[in-house]
Amino acid sequence: MAKFWRWFWSLVIGIPIAVFAVWAVWDNTRLFFVTFLNGLTLASLYFIVASGFTLVFGLMRNVNLAHGSLYLLGGYLGFFTAQFSGSFVLALAAGFAGAALVGLLMQVGIFRFMQGQDLRQTMVTIGLSIVFADLMMWAIGAQVHQMEAPEWLIGPLRGIPLINAYSKYRMSLLPIGIVIGVLLWLFLNRTRVGMMIRAGVDDRQMLAAAGVNVNLVFAVTFAIGAGLAGFGGVIGAVELSMVPGEDVRLLLASLIVVIVGGMGSVVGAALGAAILGLAETYGLAYAPTYSVVFTFVILVLVMAFRPRGLLGRPA
Amino acid sequence: MSAAQWRKAMNSGAGRAAISGRPARGQTPVSVVQSGGLTPALAFVRLRHVLVLLALLAFPWLATPFITFQIGAQSLTLGLIALSLTFLGGYGGMISLAQMTVAGIAGYMVAIFGAAASSDASISLGWPWWLAVPVAIAIATLCAAFIGWLSVRTEGIYTIMITLAVGVAFYYLCLQNYSVFNGFQGFQRVQAPSVLGLNWRDPLPFYHLVLFWSLAGYFCVKYLLRAPFGIALQGIRDNPRRMNSLGYNVTAHRVAAYAVAGVMAAIGGVLLVWYNGLIGPGSVGTSWIINILVIAVLGGMRHPIGAFLGAIVFVLLQTFAIDLFDRERFNLVIGGVFLVIVLFSPDGLLGWWAGLQQRFSTMRPTGRTSHRGDSP
Repeated sequence: MAKFWRWFWSLVIGIPIAVFAVWAVWDNTRLFFVTFLNGLTLASLYFIVASGFTLVFGLMRNVNLAHGSLYLLGGYLGFFTAQFSGSFVLALAAGFAGAALVGLLMQVGIFRFMQGQDLRQTMVTIGLSIVFADLMMWAIGAQVHQMEAPEWLIGPLRGIPLINAYSKYRMSLLPIGIVIGVLLWLFLNRTRVGMMIRAGVDDRQMLAAAGVNVNLVFAVTFAIGAGLAGFGGVIGAVELSMVPGEDVRLLLASLIVVIVGGMGSVVGAALGAAILGLAETYGLAYAPTYSVVFTFVILVLVMAFRPRGLLGRPA
Repeated sequence: MSAAQWRKAMNSGAGRAAISGRPARGQTPVSVVQSGGLTPALAFVRLRHVLVLLALLAFPWLATPFITFQIGAQSLTLGLIALSLTFLGGYGGMISLAQMTVAGIAGYMVAIFGAAASSDASISLGWPWWLAVPVAIAIATLCAAFIGWLSVRTEGIYTIMITLAVGVAFYYLCLQNYSVFNGFQGFQRVQAPSVLGLNWRDPLPFYHLVLFWSLAGYFCVKYLLRAPFGIALQGIRDNPRRMNSLGYNVTAHRVAAYAVAGVMAAIGGVLLVWYNGLIGPGSVGTSWIINILVIAVLGGMRHPIGAFLGAIVFVLLQTFAIDLFDRERFNLVIGGVFLVIVLFSPDGLLGWWAGLQQRFSTMRPTGRTSHRGDSP
């Protein structure tokens, strides 16, 4: 019977999507595939930002609602670094390092003293996000900061079947996202610190009992998680743009990605990011004034049938 | 704290003293000492309750219309919305960030079904207020119950995430949809109607309208907390698994709590849209979503009065802090205040007050009993 329902629901959800895909390809082949690529590249950005969010949550049960602010901070840092040095790679490094440093300070200065108080920590991150957002607006202003892509990524990539040309920079996001994902996977599964983090996700107390300095592991994880947000910020500064309010947008994306994918799971974040990125871009392309509704429907469906997310495990 | 302990704490003098209450039923004062033969409802009435009610009623005659409207009515309206969060968070253990969204839905529905000015004149249906307002509140309540049903499927910290996601998603929907929500511009001139020869837009009638609904919300919460439903809800907050074993339907209680809070938030939302006279995506954006949380946490979630206390402080800050600081930096001020409260006094102003009172009473151990029977 369970098998029947699984089939039933995959058909109920799958058939409309398949019908839509066939219609869209028949209607405008190029639009469909360009949207597909747009969706995947946006998903790549979402994955980078949300993987940091999910990493921090998985280990520390800390819902860092200031994650969007760290994204914005990384973006601004990258923008100004690129302006002064002209190097995109340096900008990426600055975005990562700056956000990681702030994350580290948050963990060492505040969250270390309220371990296990999930709700209070979350409230603190909300307060921090208000303060950060306003400080950045004070220091930098509310105008739009749009970063230039590095020279070797400017211009279209030609000769792709079906869609002819596509922005080089956007295309490059796909491998960047995959590389980050693989690196993160290697880090978590093949290094000693990664092993500690995974052990901490499963059972924090046992990890401490085994003689590991949990506070250090927490600090490292928080720094990496925040750094990923900053790294995503630099990428987003080119792909989207940096302006107050983007922090909320990326925070919403991170929230939905981890709710859909499952909290604390990096693979789940990848899956959630792919679903959200595709849903959002297809929504924008085919039903511009209702695109958020698709995101919302996905959230509702996942919450209704898999409250812990697609790849989530019981806490 | 278990539900029983909680009740005990709330009923004991120490718990009460922490709370600057309002009149329980608006009746004549009856001292506790003499209250043995009277109904329990009257037994709660104290001198301070009557004083607060008198002060609230006399306030508009002493203050300028600006203060009445800007400070009085606004704090009570925001307090009512925050009260719905206090009810959910303080007594149901579910911090929902979607309360402003529910209020916003009610506000939008009033604008859409009732009369409002917008760039696209065909949206507002122009129904009379006695039809538009109940429909708006009903729709908002349904949405609140739905949000509750979504978020109670998971627990604890997930609730914040899901309700925040819902709230932000609604903001973006209002922003990008023009056919129903009129996009960025929203609706203007959504005004309280003229009924019974009174123009309810004027400061004085509007203040009393808001005061009535705030008191209604406050006493509704006070009553619910002592009713079986409220007790069960507090039990579920403290230990859902045990309540489940005792035969309580945990999910149903939680969804019902969301619906009850939804009614309050919806009424507050209707009043808020009348207060502002307009509604747009900015009214339901993240800053307002978070402001409601700030208000509730600022006052303290341990007692329903906290929501109104927090709202008064918030509105005073909003109105007067801009004279001390740059107007643009209001968010910094409110974020800083919120951080300080969360970091140093998790129970908000009420917790701070309780702490002061405790220190005071340990200094003068006999000081408390003297003012117990001093009602007229």
